[in-house]
Amino acid sequence: MTALLERPVKLRTFAGVGLRRRVANSIATVLVTAAMVLALVPLVWVMYSVFDFGFGAVSTSAWWTHSQAGMTAFVAGGGAYHAIIGTLLQGLLCAAISIPIGIFVAIYLVEYGAGTRLGKLATFMVDILTGVPSIVAALFVYALWVATLGFHRSGFAVSLSLVLLMVPVIVRATEEMLRIIPMDLREASYALGAPKWKTITSIVIPTALSGIVTGILLALARVMGETAPLLILVGYSQAINFDMFHGFMGSLPGMMYDQTSAGAGASAVPTDRLWGAALTLILLIAILNVAARFGARIFAPKKF
Amino acid sequence: MLIIVLISAVGGFLLLRAIPALQRNRENFFTYGGSWVTTNTSAMHFGIAEMLQVTVLVSVFALLLAMPVALGVAIYLAEYAPRRLVGLLGYLVELLAAVPSIIYGAWGLYVLAPQLRGSALWLNEHLGGFFLFADGNASVAGGGTIFTGGIVLAVMILPIITAVTREVLAQTPRGQVEAALALGATRWEVVKMVMLPFGRSGYISAAMLGLGRALGETVALLIILRSTQKAFNWSLFDGGSTFATKIAATASEFNDQYKAGAYIAAGLVLFVLTLIVNALARVAITQKVQS
Repeated sequence: MTALLERPVKLRTFAGVGLRRRVANSIATVLVTAAMVLALVPLVWVMYSVFDFGFGAVSTSAWWTHSQAGMTAFVAGGGAYHAIIGTLLQGLLCAAISIPIGIFVAIYLVEYGAGTRLGKLATFMVDILTGVPSIVAALFVYALWVATLGFHRSGFAVSLSLVLLMVPVIVRATEEMLRIIPMDLREASYALGAPKWKTITSIVIPTALSGIVTGILLALARVMGETAPLLILVGYSQAINFDMFHGFMGSLPGMMYDQTSAGAGASAVPTDRLWGAALTLILLIAILNVAARFGARIFAPKKF
Repeated sequence: MLIIVLISAVGGFLLLRAIPALQRNRENFFTYGGSWVTTNTSAMHFGIAEMLQVTVLVSVFALLLAMPVALGVAIYLAEYAPRRLVGLLGYLVELLAAVPSIIYGAWGLYVLAPQLRGSALWLNEHLGGFFLFADGNASVAGGGTIFTGGIVLAVMILPIITAVTREVLAQTPRGQVEAALALGATRWEVVKMVMLPFGRSGYISAAMLGLGRALGETVALLIILRSTQKAFNWSLFDGGSTFATKIAATASEFNDQYKAGAYIAAGLVLFVLTLIVNALARVAITQKVQS
């Protein structure tokens, strides 16, 4: 009996896949692969352009140590120090405000508000806030901070509008990290008699920390390149300004925009500065992205 | 909850600041399409008709370009890509979103536009009878047109559409995919008959999220689009201003509450517009994920 079952009684014949279906399959394969390649073309092209055009300006030491104070669009020289400082200060201040808000909201959403009506509403609002255009965020800060409360336009106002853009990103990232923490960990902590807040601060947060740090750094990289708030909320200054509350302030996107109105594309000096600032900005964002990857490793929960 | 207060405050304060200016507007805010006259603050002339048209044309054009590519990329990453490359390729597509919009703007005007000149001129010359390719109010050869702007915008909204579509496609029940394969379906047939019907609504929501992003995009378009006094004619070779670029370009006029109010009113319209588009998309996605 067993010998008979080893091979089929009748040899099976396969019809094979018809020509039309095979052709359709190949065409689809080619099309989706082409779409993938097409999607990567702009990335490579943009990166290549920025490095190619920007390298000349960035490779001088003055670029990193001098400002554009007293420079004109006709004389080469000067650097982006004022703009780097402005971008970093605005970014860091924004992060200092956004991080606690973002993390607290995420903790509420996951640990306290899950399933409640308020929690659902807040989740929806965070989604909506993600879609608010940066120019609207800037106008809101203008309407509130400058027009209603009577403060001057300043670097701080820019930071405030960046907060609106950064908070939802942090909430999203933190929420996702908190959700994947196994319930067992929390329950183990409760079983040992720890109250909820203690469980959150000493079990949940440390476990999720690496992902949260990654999310924060990526969010920071995102807001540092924002330009619209800069146009509305602070003037562009060619000189170094450390004061977040008074006066105009340089920044890398602001510097780029300033060069486009100074005749970039037509004359050489503003063109160089434009791409130099672009490359500096890309480098800054790249550093944050790399740091996000390493940060994930450093803050990863220790294995025992 | 802070977040809820925040979002209502955005709408509230914009409205509060817009009302005084709207009261001094001598034109119908929604139908006036001519140039804005805000110098005499007691009798201002401003309206959103033309900005609305430019914004819609450039966003829809970008969306039409980005949607097929995004779907292709999402399908490729879900079904076709070699397992080892999926992570890397997905990361690269997401990097597209990490490039600041001002860099896209500079690239679009100074690098991409000269390369597009040939095809733009060809389209204008041979298909000029069709309103989309007719002579616009900006120079076709100059490149400061909705054509260039739309292509750059398409690149910028590609990652968000791809990411959401991928997420939805990835939720296709594995059992259904394997059942289709077991019945002898080719890879394309699996995609067509199992994944696409499952992911269609998610894909549409993803496109709407992309549209929301496109409507509010500021700086890239501000650099690319030539502003012009001539009327807008629904040609891709028109210049003009979207809501966002108009506001950003005139930020220096913000020294008077009525002048600023006029632009804040435009910003309020943009806010409501993106709010509606995003809310519809989010509701659709949430329902999809829960069902």
